[in-house]
Amino acid sequence: MIASDKSYRELAAAAIQDEQLRDNINFIQQRIGKGTFAFWEDEGNRQWRTRVKEQRERSLEHLDILLATLAEKIRNRGGNVYFAKTADDAVAYIGKVAREHDVKRVVKGKSMTSHEIGMHPVLEDMDTEVLETDLGEYIVQLAGSAPSHIIAPCTHMNKEQIADLFHEKLGMEKSVEPEVLVREARNVLRKKLLSADMGITGCNLACAETGQICLVSNEGNIRMATTLPKVHVAVMGMERVVPTLQDFSDTLQLLTMAAAVQDISTYVSFMGGPEKTDNGDGPEEFHLVVVDNGRSKILGDGEFREILSCIRCGACLNACPVYGRIGGHAYNANYPGPIGAVISPLLEGINRHADLCTGETLCGACKDICPVSNDIPRMLLALRRTLAQGSEYWNTSRHSRTEGYGWGVFGYVTAHPGLYRTLLKIGRLAMKPFAGTDGWTKKLFGPAAGWTKHRDLRPMARRSFSERWKQRPERDR
Amino acid sequence: MNEGDNTSAALFIQCLVDSHYPVVGEAMVRVLERLGIRSYYPDGQTCCGQPAYNNGYVDAAKKSALHFFQVFDGADTIVCPSGSCTYMVRHHYPELFKDEPELLVKAHRMAAKTYEFSEYLRDVVKVERLDSHLDAGVTVHDSCHLTRGLGVHRQPRELLAMVKGLELVEMDESDTCCGFGGTFSVKYPDISGALVDDKVDHILATGAEYVVGCDMSCLMNIEGRLHRRNERVKVLHLAQVLAAEGGAL
Repeated sequence: MIASDKSYRELAAAAIQDEQLRDNINFIQQRIGKGTFAFWEDEGNRQWRTRVKEQRERSLEHLDILLATLAEKIRNRGGNVYFAKTADDAVAYIGKVAREHDVKRVVKGKSMTSHEIGMHPVLEDMDTEVLETDLGEYIVQLAGSAPSHIIAPCTHMNKEQIADLFHEKLGMEKSVEPEVLVREARNVLRKKLLSADMGITGCNLACAETGQICLVSNEGNIRMATTLPKVHVAVMGMERVVPTLQDFSDTLQLLTMAAAVQDISTYVSFMGGPEKTDNGDGPEEFHLVVVDNGRSKILGDGEFREILSCIRCGACLNACPVYGRIGGHAYNANYPGPIGAVISPLLEGINRHADLCTGETLCGACKDICPVSNDIPRMLLALRRTLAQGSEYWNTSRHSRTEGYGWGVFGYVTAHPGLYRTLLKIGRLAMKPFAGTDGWTKKLFGPAAGWTKHRDLRPMARRSFSERWKQRPERDR
Repeated sequence: MNEGDNTSAALFIQCLVDSHYPVVGEAMVRVLERLGIRSYYPDGQTCCGQPAYNNGYVDAAKKSALHFFQVFDGADTIVCPSGSCTYMVRHHYPELFKDEPELLVKAHRMAAKTYEFSEYLRDVVKVERLDSHLDAGVTVHDSCHLTRGLGVHRQPRELLAMVKGLELVEMDESDTCCGFGGTFSVKYPDISGALVDDKVDHILATGAEYVVGCDMSCLMNIEGRLHRRNERVKVLHLAQVLAAEGGAL
């Protein structure tokens, strides 16, 4: 990812000013997000997601066995499996394979995990060209930017903006016709796909029973990136495995449904090893890199384990009102949106991403749309607790001692009604000088200033409900 | 959900209603009175502790919760004019005390007897008709904790349908967050401001005179933005609508 030195607040504020961005995201939220919500209106579909959630949780319980089974089957077919403890381990392994084959050109399938481990810069330092072949990723790469959505990487752009980019970078005649733009991209990508030495992809889901990984796509680029080059390296997060083919089928279809309101994607590719004498499909060499990079740590904390059920469909981004207004880049993390607000702090540091833990409204739309009903608001609250208290396990220091002290006072006051009432009265008096002629306040200072940045504040009632109640005749109380 | 008492109810007045909107609490009392339900106000109420809880300060929230237990210990049925505070009691209190068995029992007891106003009327009292009358066009904002948290969506609409003279005009995105989010609104004013601005646009597009909801915190946010934009649309709690007689507030 391309990190900005600006804060979440600053990036969000700038994004909010961008009317075009808002329309672009609105498009996917209305088209896909609303479609996914509609899908859950059916009782049978809701039962389906409950079933998949239970299955995901069971898989997490037996992750060690499932991964060992998967690895064994792939190795038996002559494939290589590498378990990478850290991002650096994963990148070093991929670099080693690339060097061994003197790789000059890599074609990539869309993979957020490949971005997570920071693979691009390392390969490029080796003078290896790394080319994204997913159309959205290709556009983002051309723009020198990062994906703003985990499924639809260039959802922050519309076709006019893409036309400008293609005109500038590819020198093509300006056209806003999607067909013309796609044809141009295809011309570039086809040539590169045919001449690449290595394909690198992610993994949407792996099946232990069959010993295969699976990738879904709508463009056919995955099939070419995994079969044309001599070597195929697949990078998968270690949680993306299910036990049986039945579980696999249930989960994969739910993934395409939640991600794109598709019964199944146009292409579904299975890979379980290199080509064989009796089966000419596939690359000469196959590598699966299973990435931990902090996932075991998440697995070890009951508060957050649930997030590993995530199947990266991106539905929560299509439902989140905050994402809808600030876009993916404002999160300044590899994974944006509601899922990113939980997983990015856990993978990249809770203190570093403190704003992602606190910068949501907890409205719950993400939980409602999630195909595995991940309780993201609950986990955001757990992250806030971690920030409030500090945590050795998470190597997290207390976020703010002043704030902690303030909330301590709050707790004390709410347990002492006399004091509470006195403070209310003082508050009422203290607010008066700030109020305008109609009693409303247009500008507050200090920690409360945020309220009046875009809103006015109505005056407190002259007498509180409690005071008015006491003045009611006894018989009415 | 229907075990509650339909003859008397303890009022759990959200802190914001107490300090800024006492008329909402009084409207609720009037509506209950007209339905023959005796309401009473247990003294010593403060705040349920949700602001501390939502910021991650569980020890502070526990203090508020323990105080709540004391105040409402004797109550059989508790009614609250806020989906959000009801959600706090029903879902977060048990979460707060999940490792303290004795208090957990208490938390569950509180959770089981606390109702949001509209769900109390429809699901406990099973109100079928009201003599409310308000000649006005209104639109409904579905607050997040109420709608997604408690699953209360139809109840406010069913009650509004019983009000003579009232025309309900649904807004687009009625259940999209208004951007309040408690201290979020103060900590992230630009994001919050953008969300409430969208909400206000949707409200204005209906042409309604009033936006009605069951959470004054969201409505205070919306009202604050309406006021900043010099719009004439007013916010009303459902109880204020149901308390209306003779066509006017």
